[in-house]
Amino acid sequence: MKEFFYFLSFLAVLTSLMVVVAKNPVHSVLYLIMTFFAIAGHYILLNAQFLAVVHIIVYAGAIMVLFLFVIMFLNLNAETEPQKPLILKVAAGVAAGLLFLTLVAAFKGAENQVAVTGGDSQIGLIKNLGKVLFNDFLLPFEITSLLFLSAMIGAVMLAKKDTPEGPKSKDLKKEMLLEKEII
Amino acid sequence: MDFTFLIDKTILVAIIFAISLGIAAYSTYFERKFAGFFQDRIGPDRAGPFGILQPIADGVKLVMKEEIIPAGANPFLFIAGPSLSMLTACMTTAVLPWGSYLEIGGRKIPLQVADVNIGILYVFGVVSLGVYGLMIGGWASNNKFSLLGAIRAASQNISYEIAMGLSIIALVMMSGTLSIGTIVEQQQNSYWYVVLQPLGFLIFLICSFAETNRTPFDLPECEAELVGGYHTEYSSMKLGFYLFAEYTNMFVSSAVMSALYFGGYSVPFISALHLDQNLVAIIGTLAFFGKILFFIFFFMWVRWTIPRFRYDQLMKLGWQILIPLSIINIVLTGIFILVFDK
Repeated sequence: MKEFFYFLSFLAVLTSLMVVVAKNPVHSVLYLIMTFFAIAGHYILLNAQFLAVVHIIVYAGAIMVLFLFVIMFLNLNAETEPQKPLILKVAAGVAAGLLFLTLVAAFKGAENQVAVTGGDSQIGLIKNLGKVLFNDFLLPFEITSLLFLSAMIGAVMLAKKDTPEGPKSKDLKKEMLLEKEII
Repeated sequence: MDFTFLIDKTILVAIIFAISLGIAAYSTYFERKFAGFFQDRIGPDRAGPFGILQPIADGVKLVMKEEIIPAGANPFLFIAGPSLSMLTACMTTAVLPWGSYLEIGGRKIPLQVADVNIGILYVFGVVSLGVYGLMIGGWASNNKFSLLGAIRAASQNISYEIAMGLSIIALVMMSGTLSIGTIVEQQQNSYWYVVLQPLGFLIFLICSFAETNRTPFDLPECEAELVGGYHTEYSSMKLGFYLFAEYTNMFVSSAVMSALYFGGYSVPFISALHLDQNLVAIIGTLAFFGKILFFIFFFMWVRWTIPRFRYDQLMKLGWQILIPLSIINIVLTGIFILVFDK
C-alpha cells in the first residue's frame, strides 16, 4: 500500500506541476485530468470508493470536459498568447515565492507528528457516508445544495443578460415590423 | 489473496475480453447484413461462406493500410485519441455480472470480475470519460471538421449524461443498492425493473443511443455536414479503433441495459426446475447474452429505420424533454415507494 501511496503522490505532484508548466492550454487541461485521477487513487487507498468515483464523474467527467470544450473553442496557442511585461512576471514570481515560504513555514514541524491510526476504516463506504450525511449533517448538506442552486441561477442570469434588448431581438422586431408593412 | 483467486479472475477477464471483442467484431458483419436485409439487398457475401470472414478481412485491411499522421497534428494526442476510446469502451465489463456462480471442486466461482459496492457509479464514471477519446482525437487532428465533430460529441455526451444519471437515480431508489450484482439478484426473485421503471428504461435507452453516438444521434460523425466528423483525418487501424470502440460501446451498453432493467442473467421460474447449480449458471449466462444480442439488434434496427436528428432537435430533446421527464420519473418513483412499499 505504501508503494501505491508514493506512486500516486509522485504522479499527483508531477502532473499538477505540468499543469502550470505546459505551454499549450489543452495539455494543461489534460494534465489536470491526470491529477484528478491520482487524487481519486488516493481516495481508493483510504477506502473511500464513493468519493473516488464521484470525484471522477464530477471533475474528470463533467467539469474538465467543459474546460476542454471552451479551450478548444478559443484556439489558444503559443503564437497568439500576449506577452506580459517583465514587471508583471517578476511580481508573480515574488508573490508565488512568498506563498511557498508561508506553506513551508506552516508545515514545518509537521514531520514530527504521529499519524492518527485506528478510526473507522468503513466510513468512506457509501452506506455509512449517506447515513452520516443525512442524519448528522442534514442542514449543512441542504445549505450547500442551496448555494449550488444560487450559483447556477447566477450563471444563467449572467449568460441571459443581453437577450431582452440584444441585437438579435431588435432584428427580430424589425423583421416583424417589415412583415406587418408588407401585409 | 490466494493464488487460485487470481487465476480464476485472470481466466474470467480473458474470456470476457475475448467475448466482448469478438461480439463487437461480428456486430460489424451483422450490421451490414441487416442493412442489406432492410434495404432489400444481399450485403457482404464474398469472404467465406455467407461472408462470415468479412470482419477478419476488414481487420487485416485496416492493419495493412498506411498510417498517416497529418503534418499539423499533435502526434502524441493524435494516437492517444483512439486508444482512449478503446480503453474506456472496454473498462465497463469489469463490474458487470455475467452469470451467478459456478461450483468447481467445492469452490464458488462468481462470474463477475469485481462486485464493487458502487458498480453503477463506476459504469457512469466510465461513460462520462468516454468522450475524451473523441475530443482529444478531434482536436489533435488540427482540422476544423474534426474539431466541430469533437465539440458536438462533447456537448451531446454532457447533455445526455444528465438525463441518464437521473433515470439511474430512480432505479437506485427502487433497488436501494448501487451494486449491479445485487440489482440482478433482486430481479431474480421479483419483477424485472423494466416493469417497475418503464419510463426510466425508455430514457436510459434513448440516452444510450446518444452516448454511443449511434444513429439517430450520430451527429459527431455526420458525414453530410462534417466530412467524417471527429475521425476525418484518421486512417488505418486508428480509424479502425474508433469504429471498433463504437461497436464495443454498443455491446457494453446493451449489457448494462439487460443487467439493470431486464434481469441480467436471471431466467424466470428457473429455480422451480431444481437443476444443478452449474447448469443454472450456464443457462443464465446464455440468457444474458441472448438479451444482449437482442439489444444489439435493436441498435441496428433503429439505425436503419430512423433518419438522423438535426443538431438543434437533438439538444431540444435532451434538455427540454428528457431531463424534465426523468425528474418527473424520480418524483413518481418516490410516490410509488411511499404508497406501496411501507
